[in-house]
Amino acid sequence: MRTLVFASRNTKEITRDIFTLIFGILFPLVLLVLLSAINSSIPESAGMKLFEITNLVPGISVFGLSFISLFTATLVSKDRCTSFILRLFTSPLKSSQYIVGYTLPLIPMSILQTIICYAASFIFGLEWSADILLAVIVNIPVSVFFIAVGLLCGTIFNDKAVGGVCGALLTNLSAWLSGTWFDLELVGGAFEKIADLLPFVHAVNAGRYALSGEYSKIMPELLWVIGYALVITVIAILLFKHKMKQDK
Amino acid sequence: MIAIKTEKLTKKYKNKTVVRELDLCVKEGEMYALLGVNGAGKSTTIKMLSCLIRPTSGDAKLMGNSIIGDSTKVKQIISVSPQETSVAPNLTVKENLEFIAGVFGFNKAQAKEKTQQIIAQFDMKEIENSRAKTLSGGWQRRLSIAMALISEPQIIFLDEPTLGLDVLARRDLWKQIEKLKGKITIILTTHYLEEAESLSDCIGIMANGMLKAQGTADELKALAKTDDFEEAFVRIAGDEI
Repeated sequence: MRTLVFASRNTKEITRDIFTLIFGILFPLVLLVLLSAINSSIPESAGMKLFEITNLVPGISVFGLSFISLFTATLVSKDRCTSFILRLFTSPLKSSQYIVGYTLPLIPMSILQTIICYAASFIFGLEWSADILLAVIVNIPVSVFFIAVGLLCGTIFNDKAVGGVCGALLTNLSAWLSGTWFDLELVGGAFEKIADLLPFVHAVNAGRYALSGEYSKIMPELLWVIGYALVITVIAILLFKHKMKQDK
Repeated sequence: MIAIKTEKLTKKYKNKTVVRELDLCVKEGEMYALLGVNGAGKSTTIKMLSCLIRPTSGDAKLMGNSIIGDSTKVKQIISVSPQETSVAPNLTVKENLEFIAGVFGFNKAQAKEKTQQIIAQFDMKEIENSRAKTLSGGWQRRLSIAMALISEPQIIFLDEPTLGLDVLARRDLWKQIEKLKGKITIILTTHYLEEAESLSDCIGIMANGMLKAQGTADELKALAKTDDFEEAFVRIAGDEI
């Protein structure tokens, strides 16, 4: 009950921020429009498949989730940097209830963001299939990964630094290293190897395989994301507990 | 009945002793002002009593519950209004109050009922649907104290409740705090000596982590052999007596 009360407060705090709406929903849609426009200008003879909607929308939907990290981190760090958290620390809320309370509202928000992204893609030629539902489901562990990153950043950094780390660094990492904007094989070398070790490209690939019906290829990609999500969640919880003591 | 009793309460950070063997006693329903210059140990004492930090040694009992052994019980009977205004900025006044009531275990109907009561008590009807971030400093501070009270605590800690407020807002908040006298045990820390003198039943003066003296304002003036409370504070806190 207490966790739900806390989660409800967090939902209101996030959704009443205009930047949430702009960056969480509108920005990925703007990118979708722009890249689809670019794709329509590329002649078929060029053989450029990257910006085709079935390749594009899984990438954009993962990129959009990087803003979920920003929302999470901003909320946690703002709470931590004000005496509001001191008030909560003197309440009967436990540290696990904080983590669940921060995470709960963001999962449906992430799913909604993914659904909006895929729904908008129908305008740009995405054809309905049940695989779209699978692609949305595949994005759930990806959401958990981005939420965990947000919890971690919000626990470590203050509210000003969070904007730089999550707003700039993470969004750029998830853009450049995900294979959404360009084919990583074309760059090759260390860049491709680093990208392969990080979860972003695997998250996008899992979505692409779900959408193309290549089901057996989904889990190997998704395991990377789930692994990162688990490790970062555990680190975030431990650090949050540690900071709870330190911030007092 | 005794509401708070500390027994040689001590807090050390590495080699620095911030609070040293504090023995203080606060009666139930009393308004107790804890005074001291910056670094005297007031905020650390409040943090220990509200279970935010563990003492290095010693203990304190709040309504008979130990801050070390029964911190969960202690948290159920206390409430804190921190030094800075601590409200959820994007929530309305009503939502802030309902949120805190919910966190302290009231169900939805109880939380709504308690919220309406506290809104009436603090004359906040006209701003109940305003978001906290749009309120003036005085209203935010009033809301902050109302949030501390909604859980029906037996003991409330008000850490610098009027800090940074203009004189009108300060006087206004004093009136609200004065209404609470006798109904609940209040521990108040403040730098405004006139606030402590006019509001409190008992005053403790801390310096260098130690309780230098405690008593009514008149008793402290008598101890310092002066008619001026500020002068009495300076003499006691400055080790001149």
